[in-house]
Formats: sequence, structure tokens, C-alpha cells
Amino acid sequence: MSDQSTNSIAFVRTQEVPSMPPPYTAAGPIRWMRENLFATPLNGLLTLVALYFIYAILSGTLPWIANGIWDSPSLAACRDMLDGASGACFAVLTERWHQLLFGFTYPSDIYWRPTLAFVLFFFAAAPVLFFDLPRKLLVFTGLFPFIAFYLIWGGSVFTPLLALVGVLAGYFVYARYVASNFAVGFLGGIISAALVWWLGGFVIPEHEITEGAMRSVPSRDLGGFMLNMMLGVTCVSLSLPIGIALALGRQSDMPFIKYICVVFIEFVRGVPLITLLFVASVMLSYFFPPGSGVDLFIRVVIMITLFASAYIAEVIRGGLAALPKGQYEAADSLGLDYAQSMRLIILPQALKISIPGIVNVSVGLFKDTTLVSVISMFDLVGMIRGPILASTEWNGVYWELFGFAALLFFVTCYGISQYSQWLERRLATDHR
Amino acid sequence: MKKSVIFGAMTVAGLAAGAAAAGTLEDVKARGKLNCGVTTGLVGFAAPDANGEWEGFDVAVCRAVAAAVLGDGSAVEFVPTTGKTRFTALASGEIDMLARNTTWTFSRDVDLKFTFVGVNYYDGQGFMVPKELGVSSAKDLDGATVCIQTGTTTELNLADFFRANNISYEPVPIETNAEAQQQYLAGACDVYTTDASGLAATRATFEAPGDHALLPEIISKEPLGPLVRHGDDAWGDVVRWTLNALITAEELGVTSANIGEMAANTNNPEVARLLGTEGNLGEMLGLDAGWAKAAIMVGGNYGEVFAKNIGEDTPIGLSRGLNAQWTNGGLIYSPPFR
Repeated sequence: MSDQSTNSIAFVRTQEVPSMPPPYTAAGPIRWMRENLFATPLNGLLTLVALYFIYAILSGTLPWIANGIWDSPSLAACRDMLDGASGACFAVLTERWHQLLFGFTYPSDIYWRPTLAFVLFFFAAAPVLFFDLPRKLLVFTGLFPFIAFYLIWGGSVFTPLLALVGVLAGYFVYARYVASNFAVGFLGGIISAALVWWLGGFVIPEHEITEGAMRSVPSRDLGGFMLNMMLGVTCVSLSLPIGIALALGRQSDMPFIKYICVVFIEFVRGVPLITLLFVASVMLSYFFPPGSGVDLFIRVVIMITLFASAYIAEVIRGGLAALPKGQYEAADSLGLDYAQSMRLIILPQALKISIPGIVNVSVGLFKDTTLVSVISMFDLVGMIRGPILASTEWNGVYWELFGFAALLFFVTCYGISQYSQWLERRLATDHR
Repeated sequence: MKKSVIFGAMTVAGLAAGAAAAGTLEDVKARGKLNCGVTTGLVGFAAPDANGEWEGFDVAVCRAVAAAVLGDGSAVEFVPTTGKTRFTALASGEIDMLARNTTWTFSRDVDLKFTFVGVNYYDGQGFMVPKELGVSSAKDLDGATVCIQTGTTTELNLADFFRANNISYEPVPIETNAEAQQQYLAGACDVYTTDASGLAATRATFEAPGDHALLPEIISKEPLGPLVRHGDDAWGDVVRWTLNALITAEELGVTSANIGEMAANTNNPEVARLLGTEGNLGEMLGLDAGWAKAAIMVGGNYGEVFAKNIGEDTPIGLSRGLNAQWTNGGLIYSPPFR
């Protein structure tokens, strides 16, 4: 082999052949379609059927939306303008948007107040939701409930101030004693807050001070999507701590606490929300003297919060049960007491596991707030079903109104869902 | 935030607990506002407009009573109620009167302990069917699916009618009139049944009203009227005679346009008594002498209220029919003001 001359080989390629483009069936969109849409005959058939359905839906809805009438005084006028053509009557949205968002009795010259509260809500929620933000922003989160109350309900500035002072007093008592004993700090905090409110009620004559008072809006005048947002935000944020407490109580070794929690959770979960709402609106008014009952909004908030907290308690109990026993023992071996071990070791892990469940309950709860329309509160759906569809001008408009409601709810719920997915990725510390 | 409101509400509850025993009339005067229960929305009878102002045939009764008692037809707090919450709202004292197209029946009057003070609209239950169904009588409806509002007398009348005629039906229960309309148009039921006034109002909003027919049978008596709680007769009298004042005003030709002139120079003694220029009817009720005048000024007499809200010139287009004055062959009749 060694004497073989180099000339015996007729041709040696010294350069690489320029690569040919792949056959057109194996590249680009055609390949993508072959692989993804028409891989097998059955696959291809399903693709065609799906395309037909998409076409059928779009060919019906797109002209309907594109033909939409945005300016008209009534449905009859809309139909005249369309003159038999298919088209939406979005004029109902342009004429009644303020009723859909704020309800029909909220004074229109102070729409800026709930709107401002809504904008501030994002600033208040941001430090809670995104914990990379500076922790000092949490001060604003703590102040937000009082600011929002003052903005939405108005009235004397001293009502939210007194509430704030009470909460602060409770917090300081809690901070002073919690180091020595959690129970003393917790109960002491609650008692001192209640004491401040009670005493404050005597010191501040509610209706006589007018400085700093804004026009007061009774709860009955709240409505529209604003009411859904308020119920949703209030009830979710209140039901989380209550749910955690119930979940821990249910695992407690103390039989009295344990059975109270078990009975509460099982009872509330065994009763439909709508029943609780009827109790709130109908039954409770028998227990108060006529015309002086607790505000309907408060009654509904209490009932929805109880309902949601029972569900959240069970979700968190699932998270607690999923933790290995070693975590509890590790906490004990470090010499932590119950409150410390829960706060530092157990709950951070259990809550992380429970995030999807909690978000699930929250989204469901937010949508359940539309049930208040059956007890004649005018939330978004109540506004549509009652006043707007019963007006002489707009009686008979359905798709446009319910489509708008669906859009608002979808945007909110999809946002919550996206946030929770981000949160799960952010908290994924187990390197799976 | 909530705690402060609970606290405030409890304080108010404690303060108000002592003051609740007085009669409704005194309560309303002290409050300066009438709490009037209305429907959450029924075309022509009660619905808020784009500015949130309530208007409608039932709303006019509320405003008339407010004007009679307080002298101001806008001093009304309208409390929207559903078919299920209306009676508890009245019984618990949340509202002073209910004007919510509610049928006067024996059991509501006697067993639920309410007092119906009169009738402001004589209605009856009818049926609406698509013309293409080819039905000309309700007796041909054997096996039909029927859209029906739950919690109303129409539900019971329907069962009675079909049982009496020995035919069967399948009910499709629904909550509100708006929902019923949509279900009916979507073909979820063959027949929609409710009060004939409601059917006419509903049909008027359809894209093609001519495709739907109202069957000739009226299967029930539905006298609709305002009601108050049992046991407060002074307040019941106020509401009853305010309604009667509107009816009598039409009979005597007193309208919101000519009322000033009528009050000043009439030689009809009943008009004078009604408008308070003669006699002391207002004092007997515990009201001003001009109570009826104020009530009529708000929205006009019964005929004007009817024409403005549900009459033939409105989209709802109801004719007077049974609700004409007795002098015109109808049933609307008020006892004399004497």
C-alpha cells in the first residue's frame, strides 16, 4: 500500500461542496405543517375539521363585531341602522359603561375616587406579590385598606383614622409581647385594638366633625364591576390568614380548638355559597331592629370570607400534609417553639406547595362574587340582568353585554393565573 | 378597614334600637325618606335610566306616596328586590312598602301577613308562542316545554291550568324576565308564559315581533298592587288613599297640567276635597291638606302615569283594557273622597 502514488486517485475534493437546500417538503412551513398538522391521515382530517370550525366561528363573529354600531340611543335605533345586516349593538356599552363599572347609583361626579383606589391597589399589591421590591413599600400596603375605604365610601376622615390607630395599637402590643409568648401577644393585640375602637367611638362624635369629610356614599350605592373587585379583593385577602389559622387549628393537638375548626370547615364546605348569601341578606335582617341592620356589604363580605377560608384551610392542610415529618422534627430539634417553627420552617414550605390550590380557590371566589346578584346587589352581572336589560331602550341586548362581562372577568382571572405561574417558577428551589 | 365599619354599624344599631317602635308613618317622616321596594328591573314597571333615576309604572306609585307624605316625589330610597327577597324585605322592615307588580292573593294577604292596599294594574297570565309552531289555543300545548319564572304565581297557575285540561308540559325554570326572553328566542322552550303585560312588553323588543303570537287564553287573574305590613293601618291608609287619589284624579279630570287651576277655582266639591281646598281629609290621614295635590303633581293622575310608562305610545304599547276607568268599561274604580 505504501507505494501507491498519489496520482492513482483521480479526484480529491479539496473544498466542501456547497450544501444544497433541503427538499422543499422537508423544510420551512411545509415541513412544519407535515409534521404538526398532517402527520397521519387521521391527523390531517382532524386538522381540516378544526379549520372548518374556526372558520365557521370567525366568519360568524368577525362581521358581527366589525359591523358593530357604537353610537345609538336604543336597540331599536341600532336595528334600524343595521337595516337587517348582522351586527352588534355596542352602543349599549358606550351609553351604559359607567353603570357596568360602578353601578347605577354611585354618584357620577366622584367616579375618580374608586378609580384612584383601583390604581392605588396595584401599588399596594405590588410589594406583596413581587418580593424583589423594597420591603419598605409594605407600609403603603398596610395603609391601603384605610385609604381605599375613605376613597370609596367617603364620609368623615376620622373613621378610617380611628381604625388605623386601633390596628397600630394592636400591632405594638403584639410586637411587645410576641417575643415572650405568641398567644399573649396575639390576644393582647386584638384586645387593645378593640379597646381603642371602643373608646374612640366615645371620643369622636361621628357626625359632627366635618373637616376632611368627603361626600359619603352608602354601601347600597356600590355596584358594577367595582363591587366584584371589592368583594374579591377583600374576601381573598381576609380569607388567607383565616384559612391558615383554620388549617393549623385542624392539626392542633388541643381537642377543643381542633374540633371547633373541623366542625366549622365541614359545615361551611357542606353548605352552598348561595345559601350563605341568602342568610346574609334575608335572615340576618330579622335579628336586627328594622332599618339599623349591619351593612349588607359587610354581611356579604363576612359570608364569602367564611366560605373561602374553609376552602383555603383545606388547601393549606394539603400543603402541610405533604411536608415530610422530618421537617417538623428538624424544627423541634432546633429548639424552636410552635409559633417559631410554623412561621420559619413549616408554613413557608407548605404555602409554596399550596400556591396552585390557593390561586384556584381565589379565581373561583372572584367569579363567585357574581352570585350576589341573586340577593339584589347590583354587581356586574346584576346590573346586566336587572336594570340594563329592563330598560325600555336596551331590552333584548344580550351578547354584547355578557361578552363585555366575560372579557372583564377573563382579563382579571387570566392575570391572576399568569402571576401564580410566575410565582411557582420563582419559588422553584427544589431543582427538579 | 372592615372592622371600623362593623364597629360603626354596631354603634348605630345600638342607638337605633330604641327608636324602632313608632308607626311607619312617623318613621318615614322622621327619616325624611320613603324606603320603597321595587323590582330589580321590569320593562315599563320599574328600571333605572342611564342616569340611575328610577322610572316606571310601579315607581310612580312610590313617588306619589313620597310626595303625599313628605311633599317631595324624589325623597324615595328605591330598594330593588327579587321575587325571592321581596317579602322578607317588607316583613323585616327594610322597606316601608312594596310596589313590585305583586299579585294580590289570599295566602299572601292572610298567611304572609301583608295588606294589599289596592290594585294599580289588572293583569292575567297569557302565553306567547312562535307563529311557526302553528298553535292557536293554549289547549293545543300538550307536551310543550314552557319557560316560567320561579317563585311567582304564574308557576302555580300554569300547573293548575294544565292539570285542569289534563295535558302535560315540561317546565323550564328561569329567574328573570330578561333571561326568559333569551331562552325563548334561543328555542329552549316552545312557549313563554307570564303576565300578559310582560308578554306584550317582551314581544315589543323582539327583532321580528310579527313572528310571535299571544294565545287568546288568559288563564289567571293577576291583580297587581302595592302592599304594606299587617298591623299598621294608619300607614296602610296613607298608601291606599294615595293610590285612590291618582285614580280619582283621572276620573274627575284633574291632570298634572290643570291641577293648579282646578285647585283654585273648582265648583266640584269632590275635587275640592281631594285637593284639600275644602274639608280636612289630609288631617285625618295625618298629612298636609295638599297631600293628594302633591301626589298628583309628581307624575300626573293614574291615566297620565299609565300613558307615560306603559301606554300605547310607548314601545311597550299596552292598551287600557281592564285598566280603563269604570266609567269607560274598565275595572279601575276608587271609593269616593268624602
